Amino acid sequence: MGVLARASAAEIAERLGQAPPLPQHQRLRGPETGLAMVRGRQGGDGAPFNLGEMTVTRCSVRLADGLVGHAYVAGRDKQQAEWAAVLDAALQNPALRPALLEAVIEPLATAQAERAQRDARKAAATRVQFFTMATMR
Amino acid sequence: MSTTLAGFADPVLEAQRCFRALLEAMSRPGRVQRLATGLEPPSPLSQAAAAVLLTLADSDTPVWTDAGAGAADWLRFHAGCPLAAAPEGATFLLACAAPPPLAALQAGTEEEPHRSATLVLQVAELREGAGWRLTGPGIESVHRLLVKGLPDGFLAAWTANHARFPRGVDVVLCAGDRLAALPRSTRIEEP
Repeated sequence: MGVLARASAAEIAERLGQAPPLPQHQRLRGPETGLAMVRGRQGGDGAPFNLGEMTVTRCSVRLADGLVGHAYVAGRDKQQAEWAAVLDAALQNPALRPALLEAVIEPLATAQAERAQRDARKAAATRVQFFTMATMR
Repeated sequence: MSTTLAGFADPVLEAQRCFRALLEAMSRPGRVQRLATGLEPPSPLSQAAAAVLLTLADSDTPVWTDAGAGAADWLRFHAGCPLAAAPEGATFLLACAAPPPLAALQAGTEEEPHRSATLVLQVAELREGAGWRLTGPGIESVHRLLVKGLPDGFLAAWTANHARFPRGVDVVLCAGDRLAALPRSTRIEEP
């Protein structure tokens, strides 16, 4: 689910083109966009406070075989939320799961990991050691 | 909390249409309104009762229902409303069988009569032109309404409810895709 939430609609569409066709679905709720309150804790364990609201799009669908899928994704991309919900439902079907994992989820996960690594490398190149004395000894 | 049945296909427009029908029903007590929604509610909810609840209930309004777990889940999923454990704590009540006594429900206060409960009651049939004689605000002289499938003693309970105006409970009667409202200001007489 996290992989689908991070992927854009265009990326999912590209992967779906090479996957077996998704089953027909009916929309139960949405896709609809709303606000969700993000809460934080100072230092990770302090008293909780409301950090701010973020835009979230959610969708729930039912496949013809009765499986229900849900998706909540950040942003306003309704197509992404709908595909994520359909994939969530289809992945619960043991007959479809291996093919979908191979064709959609794993390539997306690999691409995201590579992107994260590339960003981390770029950031590390300009890293500043504030406590040089402490860490270099 | 999940469901396998859809809610309104177009939540905004259909809820507006349903609200308009309810407004019409409340301002003309006993007048039967038809709600043509494409809703497929879970059994035992009727189309009208389900549409009314989807339109009115939200996270601020506890709902009490005797319609069973399936219907309650559907309602929570689509309306996002909390479920009240006891009828006394509910803003909206959905009764498919015998409703809780009207006197036990929230009736508002003299200063704030709007803080009262609304009972959505499923009945077998609603027809104008026969049965009860309704009088009161919103009715020019007399309006006739025939209601089938009401619990015994409803009329006595209604008379007591009407007598404590401005406090009291409002009732929405639903049968299939038809609904009629009985605001607390309406007086009902047997034919």
